[in-house]
Amino acid sequence: MPRVSYTAPATVDEAVKALASAAGLAKVLSGGTDLLVQLKSGRVKPDLIVDMKRIPGLIGIREEADAWVIGASTPGEMISANERLEHAFPGVVEGTDLIGSTQIQGRASIAGNLCNGSPAADSVPPVIAARGVAIVAGPNGRREVPVEAIVTGPGRTSLAKGEFVVEFRLPKPKPRQAGAYLRFIPRTEMDIAVVGCAVDVTLDASGTCTDARVVLGAVAPTQLVVDEAAKALIGHKLDVDTLAKLDAAAQKACKPITDKRGTIEYRTKIAGVLARRAAAIAFERAAARA
Amino acid sequence: MSKHHVTTVINGEPMEFLCEAQQTLLDVLRDELHLTGSKEGCGSGDCGACSVILDGKLVCSCLMLGVEAEGRKIITVEGVADGDKLHPVQQKFLEHAALQCGFCTPGFIVAAKALLDENKNPTEEETRYWLAGNLCRCTGYDKIIRAVLDAAAVMRGEASA
Repeated sequence: MPRVSYTAPATVDEAVKALASAAGLAKVLSGGTDLLVQLKSGRVKPDLIVDMKRIPGLIGIREEADAWVIGASTPGEMISANERLEHAFPGVVEGTDLIGSTQIQGRASIAGNLCNGSPAADSVPPVIAARGVAIVAGPNGRREVPVEAIVTGPGRTSLAKGEFVVEFRLPKPKPRQAGAYLRFIPRTEMDIAVVGCAVDVTLDASGTCTDARVVLGAVAPTQLVVDEAAKALIGHKLDVDTLAKLDAAAQKACKPITDKRGTIEYRTKIAGVLARRAAAIAFERAAARA
Repeated sequence: MSKHHVTTVINGEPMEFLCEAQQTLLDVLRDELHLTGSKEGCGSGDCGACSVILDGKLVCSCLMLGVEAEGRKIITVEGVADGDKLHPVQQKFLEHAALQCGFCTPGFIVAAKALLDENKNPTEEETRYWLAGNLCRCTGYDKIIRAVLDAAAVMRGEASA
């Protein structure tokens, strides 16, 4: 690998300073499961690597009065092992858990999955569906950014020089609110999503949907928040007619490419199927909380 | 560019090394510390031949910088046996002929030890999913899975060593 400098700041302020004052390209290191591959292949040639894992709070999960907070560099295995977090956000935990092998889970983080900018990132649609907010630190202080506003295209983010994600805040679910994430791959493990779909619903006592979010992955340059699909659910129970409208809205939102994982037609059809199935799981989970 | 001085504990022994920022932990283990049990298969986190246990968690040493090991505890395949006494996983790999060329074996041994440290009684399905990040091009996996399940039984005292 080409020569590079490394620093492991102890505070958020030091990290911002290191990123902002770097001569040349500075890259943020969390679990490194994408960054090290890109370093070795020469796809990314940073002058400085800033390792965030020594900053207190960057690894860890905490429950606050109105939200769960996940440190940006928290590895997948720690997220999966947190039963209370899983109960609150089953979709987020199942999406994160789908990333890579046991070895990858030991290191890979949601912030890395997000900021790597892959349209197929499995943890991202469920975090968006759960209305996750990224707390971004930078030279001008902190700002709160809806997670769907971070990625602007494959490998690209809206973060400015000197900025990085410190943590994610997930607002606590309402009494009958739950999420689900499904991805399609042509095998059982160790693959990249052909399509991913996260659904988050809130139900009333009768089982009618009062609020919803539907997010698709791997069918456009970024994750898609499909408002029309959410509208198909709101005000309805999960009947055949509602499922058909959801399916159609999800398909209509797709702007996929044809590649070795699937054609445009295939991805579009699968997006509708996954939306229906993920919605069914989310409705069931939400109803079980009543 | 100056080298980084890293203090760590490897296989129970305090160890210090110097490395450059871009060296992976695998590079350091093999080239600086001459612990050549960990293998480089793919170098991109797909094959698991470089698996080590970092602070109790299974990771790919090819996907980690050596300098990140500062203050961490690492177990490599060289630290799995107790002196001359093989770990049950190693013993059962021999008995079940769970290796042929042997290149992937150190990674499988470390990954299987990490599994059994966490779960004394894994199902076959749990074992197969746990080891999905370790590739073997010789055995077809079946003998490996049987060896790990047998080693688990030995460690629970339900089968003979």
